[in-house]
Amino acid sequence: MGANMGWSVVAILLLALGGSVPALAAATAPQNATCLACHGQPGATGPSGRSISVSPSHFAKSVHSSLSCTSCHTSITGYPHPATVQPVQCGTCHSTEASDVTASVHAKVAAVPCLGCHGNPHEIVPATDSSSPVYPLNVPRTCGTCHSNPAMAKQYGLPNVYSMYMDSIHGFALTKEGLLVAASCSSCHGTHKILSHTNPQSRTYRTNIPDTCGTCHEGPKVAYFAGIHGQRLKAGDPRAPTCTDCHTAHHIAQVETVAWQMKTSATCGNCHKQEYVTYLDTFHAQVSALGYTETAHCWNCHGNHDILPPSNPQSTVNPANLVTTCGRCHAGASERFVSYQPHADPRNRQDYPLLWTVTLFMNLLLISVLGFFGIHTVLWFIRSTFSRQSGGRRQP
Amino acid sequence: MSADIDRGGFMEQTDQPARYHVRFTLGQRYLHAVVFSTFIGLALTGLPLRFSHSAWAEGFAHAVGGFAAILFFHKFCGVLLTAAFLIHLGDLFRRGAIKKEKGIFWGPDSLVPRGKDFVDLYRHIRWFFWRGPRPKFDRYAYWEKFDYWAVFWGMAIIGLSGYAMWFAPLAAKIIPGSWLNIALVLHGEEALLAVWFIFVVHFFNTHLRPGSFPMDLVIFTGKERDKEFQEKRPVEYERLRQEGRLEGEMTTVAPARWLKNFGRIVGAAIIVTGFILLVLTLATFFNA
Repeated sequence: MGANMGWSVVAILLLALGGSVPALAAATAPQNATCLACHGQPGATGPSGRSISVSPSHFAKSVHSSLSCTSCHTSITGYPHPATVQPVQCGTCHSTEASDVTASVHAKVAAVPCLGCHGNPHEIVPATDSSSPVYPLNVPRTCGTCHSNPAMAKQYGLPNVYSMYMDSIHGFALTKEGLLVAASCSSCHGTHKILSHTNPQSRTYRTNIPDTCGTCHEGPKVAYFAGIHGQRLKAGDPRAPTCTDCHTAHHIAQVETVAWQMKTSATCGNCHKQEYVTYLDTFHAQVSALGYTETAHCWNCHGNHDILPPSNPQSTVNPANLVTTCGRCHAGASERFVSYQPHADPRNRQDYPLLWTVTLFMNLLLISVLGFFGIHTVLWFIRSTFSRQSGGRRQP
Repeated sequence: MSADIDRGGFMEQTDQPARYHVRFTLGQRYLHAVVFSTFIGLALTGLPLRFSHSAWAEGFAHAVGGFAAILFFHKFCGVLLTAAFLIHLGDLFRRGAIKKEKGIFWGPDSLVPRGKDFVDLYRHIRWFFWRGPRPKFDRYAYWEKFDYWAVFWGMAIIGLSGYAMWFAPLAAKIIPGSWLNIALVLHGEEALLAVWFIFVVHFFNTHLRPGSFPMDLVIFTGKERDKEFQEKRPVEYERLRQEGRLEGEMTTVAPARWLKNFGRIVGAAIIVTGFILLVLTLATFFNA
């Protein structure tokens, strides 16, 4: 119904203009004004019902206003033109961007992938214009057009990253604070040449991530490569964690938050299993589990980006530095004090014989006392219940 | 107050007002009140740490204002309990060393175990199996002595290890730092033993067993009905009778009704709290 009406509008307009248009068409490619005579009408639609309307005022403000319609719509050489026209090749002018997109994960998303991000082709404004879909503050919403779509996420096996990003410190800075330098999607993934994180060329490939994050976070990047994790990554160790292994990729939290502090020791424990299990036995961990952050988490003792093995004299947990490290929380920490074992294992008789013995003794004490008096209690209960039933109130 | 108003577990057969005997002094009752109040407080604030990875522990910590609040209250109760412990030790010293009451260290009125306790235990167990008569207990039965020494040992172990962790750098001047690892094991395991022992064994033996059910109010009122005294501790009763002390200064009238009701309410609250903690800790312990 709507499509038919739109088409009849076009037909009437064509009749009205019938005198002059064919004459021009025969001579040369139509002028913009000629095209806009039809296409400038609001609500103009093609035979399929698709909008073929171009807003003359918006086009006049766009970056392409100096171009003629046929600069892009090259298949149209005169009027009347065929009902179907060839897709516009943005790459004719934007060749670098076009070849980048062709190489990227977005190469096949549409006939003209450019429009998905840059919006209405007749109204493209500079990226510095706050109305541009690729203006820094608008980028997440633009990418989110597809990447917040659960069906699409499922189809391509992608996590629904949009909501994660919006809840992250980057998303908060960008959308709530309007911080132009805050990382948006393109800051990490790039723009036209977005590659899968499995591609070694990708900015989000494991070993490239420190450099990608380091674009802004230079300090942590330098510290990271000074530390054992960065050195191992550089040496090609596939187990070495990169930024996102601890901070996540999209759901990056502020490290001061309780939520972050509560869960991140477990993140370290993904690799450092034994150390994590023994940490859980300590008062430090018990306190942390109750939501109290003023206690020792992994990084409070070991440092964070520039973690070094204890054997390194620079390490915060090198025996020579323990008094200083423990003393940061425990005023008055001494050499004797730091012989405390923050990763003692009561199940390990070899390394912690005294602790193992005490634990065994306490367990035996617990079992024997409760076992003896537990049975005592049950027998007493049975016996006294019987004696009260059969012998009246109480039986001596 | 006539006897029929006074509905204990043991109805008198006569119209005579019931006779009562003093078992605990006011000081001892106050001390016990401090001990059980702080014990419950310590259990409530300590068990969430022992089982810190359980949902109820985290929920409780949040509900009362976080770990900072828990730790403050735990230390507060710990200091009060230490004070009660020291007052008790001071009292023992005063009665033992200054007033030379030999009876508190040895004999029927002492909590120090003697041969009869082991015989009583053996006979009590025989009675459980219908293999003999019920033994006649003296002032403190063997399980009451065990209660006392369990708490005594527990307070020493838990208290010392607790203070060592509280003032860890200071403690490390005396003990090696690696003993602080042991302090946590001692503190946590002994506390778990204490909590389970009190909430199961003490609650049953003293309050919930048939004969005392639902609770023995003597620790609140300090007084025990003549007949109940005679039946629970016939040896002591007979000794006092022979010494002519049964009619003396230790004999009194029924406790005030408000005091008994107060004891019932407080006692019930403590027992219910204890059972909730017992169920939660057992469930977590055996799930882990």
